[in-house]
Amino acid sequence: MVRAISTLIGFAFVGVLAIALFFTAKDAIQNPAPETAEHEFHLHPKDARLQSAGYFGTFDRQQVQRGFQVYKEVCAACHSLKYVSFRDLEEIGYSEAEVKAIATQWVIEQPSVNPETGEAATRKNVPSDRFPSPFANEVAARAANNNALPPDLSLMTKARHDGSNYVYSLVGPDAYRPQPAELLKKFPDAKTPNGLHYNPYFANLNIAMPPPLTADGQVTYADGTKATREQMARDVSAFLTWTAEPKLEKRHAAGFASVIFIAIFCFLAWGAYQNVWRDVKH
Amino acid sequence: MATVDDQLPPGENPALLDEETHDPRRRDFLNVAAVAFAGVGGIAIVLPLVNQMNPSADVLAQSSTEIDISKIAPGQAIKSSFRKQPLFVRNLTPAEIAAADAVPVNTLRDPQSLEERTKPGKKNWLITLGVCTHLGCVPLGAGEGENKGPFGGYFCPCHGSAYDTAGRIRQGPAPQNLHVPDYNFNSDTVVTVG
Amino acid sequence: MSFPWAKHYEPKQPLMRWLDEKLPLPRLVYNAVGAGYPVPRNLNYFWNFGVLAGAALGIQIITGIVLAMHYAANAGVAFGSVESIMRDVNAGWFLRYAHANGASMFLLVVYIHISRGLYYGSYKAPREMVWLLGVVIFLLMMATAFMGYVLPWGQMSFWGAQVITGFFSAIPLVGETIRVWLLGGYAPDNAALNRFFSLHYLLPFVTAGVIILHIWALHIPGSNNPTGVDVKGEQDTVPFHPYYTAKDAVGLGVFFLVFALLLFFSPNLLGHPDNYIEANPLSTPAHIVPEWYFLPFYAILKSFTADFILPAKLWGVLAMFGSILLLFFLPWLDSSPVRSANFRPKYRTFLIVLLVDVLVLGYVGGAEANARNVMLGQLATAYYFAHFLIILPWVSRSERPRPLPGSITEAVLTKHGGTSPAKTALASN
Repeated sequence: MVRAISTLIGFAFVGVLAIALFFTAKDAIQNPAPETAEHEFHLHPKDARLQSAGYFGTFDRQQVQRGFQVYKEVCAACHSLKYVSFRDLEEIGYSEAEVKAIATQWVIEQPSVNPETGEAATRKNVPSDRFPSPFANEVAARAANNNALPPDLSLMTKARHDGSNYVYSLVGPDAYRPQPAELLKKFPDAKTPNGLHYNPYFANLNIAMPPPLTADGQVTYADGTKATREQMARDVSAFLTWTAEPKLEKRHAAGFASVIFIAIFCFLAWGAYQNVWRDVKH
Repeated sequence: MATVDDQLPPGENPALLDEETHDPRRRDFLNVAAVAFAGVGGIAIVLPLVNQMNPSADVLAQSSTEIDISKIAPGQAIKSSFRKQPLFVRNLTPAEIAAADAVPVNTLRDPQSLEERTKPGKKNWLITLGVCTHLGCVPLGAGEGENKGPFGGYFCPCHGSAYDTAGRIRQGPAPQNLHVPDYNFNSDTVVTVG
Repeated sequence: MSFPWAKHYEPKQPLMRWLDEKLPLPRLVYNAVGAGYPVPRNLNYFWNFGVLAGAALGIQIITGIVLAMHYAANAGVAFGSVESIMRDVNAGWFLRYAHANGASMFLLVVYIHISRGLYYGSYKAPREMVWLLGVVIFLLMMATAFMGYVLPWGQMSFWGAQVITGFFSAIPLVGETIRVWLLGGYAPDNAALNRFFSLHYLLPFVTAGVIILHIWALHIPGSNNPTGVDVKGEQDTVPFHPYYTAKDAVGLGVFFLVFALLLFFSPNLLGHPDNYIEANPLSTPAHIVPEWYFLPFYAILKSFTADFILPAKLWGVLAMFGSILLLFFLPWLDSSPVRSANFRPKYRTFLIVLLVDVLVLGYVGGAEANARNVMLGQLATAYYFAHFLIILPWVSRSERPRPLPGSITEAVLTKHGGTSPAKTALASN
């Protein structure tokens, strides 16, 4: 009885699937999926060759500090960093006094209330503050950016596939370029709309963000490194890798110790197992 | 091990075998080492599970507070907060200072002079935690019109501890004076606590 | 329960004797996973996975309780509270990555455990109840895993909740009402997040309870073994402790090794980048996929693209739930008296095809929905149902099993060579 019913149900499912398969195949032949510009012209990110990459990766503190400088002078005008605090900067090699100075001198102030009147006001940042957002809210951000919302950058390198390389490629010197003639020939409708910028590393090829790193020497590095566009792109990617995963070094170190410890345990456990079973064939 | 297996009659009950035919030290060593390693690993895992209950980095970072004291007239007090605990900042009048100094220190439950509880040259600024040393209630006396208790300082309504104008325990169950946190005068009008 | 030759608990110390009289808990443990539980001597490493699943549940409960001390189940702050765990809480990154990857380890181990049961016929009489309780555990795990994935309140969390509760809207007439009831609103929000958190905290303890029943039911007939032949006498078994505790320790070591590699070196390998973007009810990610362990079921859902009597959406939902519910009937769909696939050549072939088929479904579930993948998914889904509902009942009647060994001991000794069955019988008498 169970078998009869089950066979019936089985044939019902298989039958419906056969019908679905037939229509899928028919549709695929009659209306083949059109090629898309994104599919053909999107580029995978280039390798940023960061020191943090790989299983034993660590942060190059000088580089992360340079990247912070790029963020401060270029990105921070539009992009928030709302999950990172000023005090966190001590982890990338700034002293307590330097962090305090960075916080106090930060151009955008922390939202607060006027202690006398209770009205909305701002105050200077202190190390325990998170980085303040450049815009009061999403509406203000969109209004100031041609209806595009600059995303928060705290987690950017984890919120995209291959994020560190993605950030490096997206703002690197070869990212922003004229739309290829070949693309326009093949997909005349895919012309980059006004106000957007062609960037093959961006998922849909047309990004609202104007080219952020436009000239060598746009940032004057405190450590004297020559600020080529390539260098700035790489450094800001290193910084955002740190903001997204600040515990990366601790994690790798703890992992290294754990794996060695567990491997030794496996070896001992196997030996003990052999001992216990030595007289029993199995 | 294979050699041992070969000597056994097939189907032999393993439990009955004489264990002494093997080197007991080697066997014990491996078993004990494996169990010991598991134990050490278990303890290592417990550490983060315990440590996670300690104050997190954002809580530790908020451990200092700046207070503007320019608006506090003599005889007035304000309530602020330090590490999420109430903080009393009181501008003592000359009469209150005199009252505090008049008490012989050695008669007190927790002997401390007003000098010891304030900064040099700033004897009128009494800065204490607003936490009763008995069981942690907030004493009255800092706010306008609140009961300052029989000694003119602070009075805890929970169990009746009374503090004097130097915030010292004078009566009731509390064992200690109101605690004085670490603080510094940045200027005449700004104090950093913590 | 248990075999007559099982060792008996005899406390020697006065304190243990006293305890045994008042509360025989040590006796229970002794009989459940101690020397008092005789187990077939020929179990292979696939029999480690039950213990590993128990360990994984323990890890999830411990790390989960600890994370709940820091997590805030409020749509406004949930995402930020997870970030604060990752950045500010002492060892928070470790605990959170352990919990996230622990879920994957749990499901991985359970999938191997289920496959073991399928291959060696552990679902067959007299262990039907063990299997049924196992399927209940699996369902509870899936519910728990789904609700747990919603809690970080990232984009995948939100849209996963939206899509999965959307299944219920396929139910005719009352579907939409049920969906709104489940969510406590018209879209996932605070109400949904809070109830998911509450249930996510509750269900693991329910699961633990059902696991106790699962183990209890197992101890009545005792463990199956790779030959599928019943235990015939004392020479076929060894006490659980120390023999299988020692073997399980090896398994646990390897389990923790894999877990540590994942946790410390690729903690986001099995996650999705979109879940590091805070939930945004106004923007759907380009490519919604569930966690890897749901991909085969997601592929089944997506494979029903044509209306036939019922709407395609309802077929998909029915098939998806059906694909798990049919496991409840498995002990009766397979009528073969032989348990182990080692002695069932045809069944073995079809079963291996099924395991590959499920992997194909997993690939299709995560892949782009183009015509090729959809057709691949439809074929794979058809095999999945055909295997359980058509092929298995037929094969179990028609195939001729290979000769079974006379006993577990005979199989073991034959494997080690030399001894003929007759001699073994003589020796074991």
